[in-house]
Amino acid sequence: MNLALEVRDLEFSYPDGRQALGGVDLAIETGTRVAVLGPNGAGKTTLALHLNGILRGSGVVTVGGLELNDDNLNEIRRRVGIVFQDANDQLFMPTVGEDVAFGPANLGLRGAELEARVEAALGEVDATELAQRPPHHLSGGEKRSAAIATALAMEPQILVLDEPTSGLDPLGRRELVQTLQGLDLTLLVITHDLPFALELCQRSIIVDRGTVVAEGPTAEILANDALLQQHRLEMPFGFNGSALGDRSTGS
Amino acid sequence: MGTGHAHALYVHEHSPIHHLPPQVKIAGAVAFIFSVAITPREAMWAFAIYAVAIAALVRISKVGFGFLLTRLIGVLPFIAFAFLIPFIASGEQVDVLGISVSRDGLWASWNIIAKATIGASTSIVLAGTTEVPDLLAGMNRLRVPTLFTSIAGFMIRYLGLIVDEIGRMRTAMTSRGYDPRWLWQAKPIAASAGAMFIRSYERGERVHDAMVARGYQGEMPELRRRDPSVQEWLTAAALPALGITVMVIAMVAT
Amino acid sequence: MHAPDGFLNAGTAVATGAVSVGTIGVALRQTREVLKEKQIPLAGIAAAFIFAAQMFNFPVAAGTTGHLLGGALAAILLGPHMGSIVVTIVVVVQALVFADGGLSALGYNVLNMAIVPAYGGYALYRLFRRVVPKTGGGVVTATGLAALGSVVLSAMAFSIQWLFGATAPVSFAEVFTAMVGVHFLIGIGEGVISAMAVGAVLASRADLVYGASDLDRAQLADSRKVPIRTFAIVGLLAALFFGAVVSQFAVDNPDGLERVAIDTGFVESEEDHALGNSIFADYATEGLENESLSLAIAGISGTLITLAVGWGIFAAVRERKPKQPASV
Repeated sequence: MNLALEVRDLEFSYPDGRQALGGVDLAIETGTRVAVLGPNGAGKTTLALHLNGILRGSGVVTVGGLELNDDNLNEIRRRVGIVFQDANDQLFMPTVGEDVAFGPANLGLRGAELEARVEAALGEVDATELAQRPPHHLSGGEKRSAAIATALAMEPQILVLDEPTSGLDPLGRRELVQTLQGLDLTLLVITHDLPFALELCQRSIIVDRGTVVAEGPTAEILANDALLQQHRLEMPFGFNGSALGDRSTGS
Repeated sequence: MGTGHAHALYVHEHSPIHHLPPQVKIAGAVAFIFSVAITPREAMWAFAIYAVAIAALVRISKVGFGFLLTRLIGVLPFIAFAFLIPFIASGEQVDVLGISVSRDGLWASWNIIAKATIGASTSIVLAGTTEVPDLLAGMNRLRVPTLFTSIAGFMIRYLGLIVDEIGRMRTAMTSRGYDPRWLWQAKPIAASAGAMFIRSYERGERVHDAMVARGYQGEMPELRRRDPSVQEWLTAAALPALGITVMVIAMVAT
Repeated sequence: MHAPDGFLNAGTAVATGAVSVGTIGVALRQTREVLKEKQIPLAGIAAAFIFAAQMFNFPVAAGTTGHLLGGALAAILLGPHMGSIVVTIVVVVQALVFADGGLSALGYNVLNMAIVPAYGGYALYRLFRRVVPKTGGGVVTATGLAALGSVVLSAMAFSIQWLFGATAPVSFAEVFTAMVGVHFLIGIGEGVISAMAVGAVLASRADLVYGASDLDRAQLADSRKVPIRTFAIVGLLAALFFGAVVSQFAVDNPDGLERVAIDTGFVESEEDHALGNSIFADYATEGLENESLSLAIAGISGTLITLAVGWGIFAAVRERKPKQPASV
């Protein structure tokens, strides 16, 4: 089994003493798309911030065989791209093109090489025409694409997305699914949007109160009404979750 | 809620002035404004030359006279003050349209109006022909510390978001019938300012996380650097050269 | 408040420019290590907050409105160095990007709107903190008084610059009385709003208030007032007292320098018998019955400002232990 990401016994408490993660174990195979489900305040975002060492708890995080420590933070950050929930937090430069260039420039790229990297990243999300635009005036969908491109420009092995569908209209959501399906990457998608998870991700895990409480194929997880209810999750009105039991998602 | 502030003055056009590197424009504008400020007020002909220079600048830069005039509103309160000076000032009195005013006051009034208008016009042309990030990059090249310009860059990026957010808070208050008229009714406004500060701070932390996630180590990459040619320096030097020459002649002549 | 080009003479513009550049240079050097990492985006967004707060109208009286200047508020929330850097950036960007305030006037505009209110305001804050209880309520009260004082200091600073760089025949005494009088009134609004804003931050994220970092949780929770209303009334009385001296200035819509500039128009000037003083602008000392009294006032004010700003910088340097708030 070729693991893209492995987390063992990850614990983290905030300085005020609140425990956010209480021993998370996680193993993600290369090339899979995994949904991270769970109620508000379950520790999902905190978990994401540990995957490239923005937050440091106790425990072990291994990315593509490299165990995160103080000396390889930069390499880990290159390997794990994070797309934050509010695209405005991620798009802080004057134009989208400069935002996409920010990461690779920090890696030391300059000139034509840098331009090629920016071009390629924007191309992957079909947003080449946004390069000169200031982020303030983009639509929600455009902001999301641009934010994904900023992470892709680092040429990561794993892409972590925090609530990528929030604030998108139905069409934007559809385009996002297509964009993400087209990426040849390991994906970790934090979301409340269960149909989105079902459509995109082969596997799902449920995180609640700082630990992983369930793990399995997405269809099976979503078919388990009792499990969902126990963790404040629910299929939207009109969806029959239990009918998913015998449906299998593509792998 | 004031408006004008949140919108930069940039006018999207293609003119020789737009295409000059920002640092030479900033240096040229500042040098010109200083030479205007030093010019003795009695040298009216000098100010006439400055005005013609500004008019030419507006023409070449394609920012438009209408745009210039509307943006000059910012200096109006001071011009209003300047108009009052002759009536209050002391000294030898002269009659203008039958009203007795101070001669010295008239000069003072003219001095402030002329210098403020020419200075503001120059600034407006500068801001009208240079995009904000380029202005900051230009300041950088003129040895303003990166720390300073980086902070300014983030400020400009997030100003619009904060102003929008404050607007929404105000709408929410108004929609619940809040219409304060006196200072002691201002508590909800101050509380929302406090809330806004907390949100701004938390956004700052999230932005920092997003930067660190992409390899930020404390130094902003310089993505807009453009080194001007000698030719470009010379082009931009035309305005301050004119200003300084006129100013020197005026000083000698008066 | 943003003076245009040519409002004070060129020498004053250059001299104040040198003072401003020097002070901000010190502030930048002092905060460099802290700022390098996390604080750059934080400082930038805090600057956006101050910029926005200056556009934020609050009611004053009978429906007229004023707006915050924010120097003391920034210093108390972010610390005096960062506060003055942030407000300086606001003023510089307003001039360069929005053509609001002259480029050649930046020296005195930065001094009067950023450096004096931030450092001076912070010094006053520390001073007032000594006499109020060590509680959250004490922090709020001291903030209000400091913010009021910071605006008055700023008005004094402008008057002193007028003494050196006047460009119109209006005497120092007239400018001083008008500026300080009107800014007392403006300061009440500034003080009340700043105090309440800091109170709101204390209530939910006390860890973000730099000026309260010396208090522990229990002390902060004690928000018993030191009633704001009493403070407002005391402030008002003080202003009225001053107002008696400058009763000709209307209260209706005090909007800083512009207002003073217009109000000054109604001050009757004395006969001119200028004593011709070399280092002061002729205008500023012109028409004074008692020039030495004016100079004494100017001297005392100048000393006050220098002491306050100097103490603010000193306090900032001494206190500077990079206090890292909890990261989320």
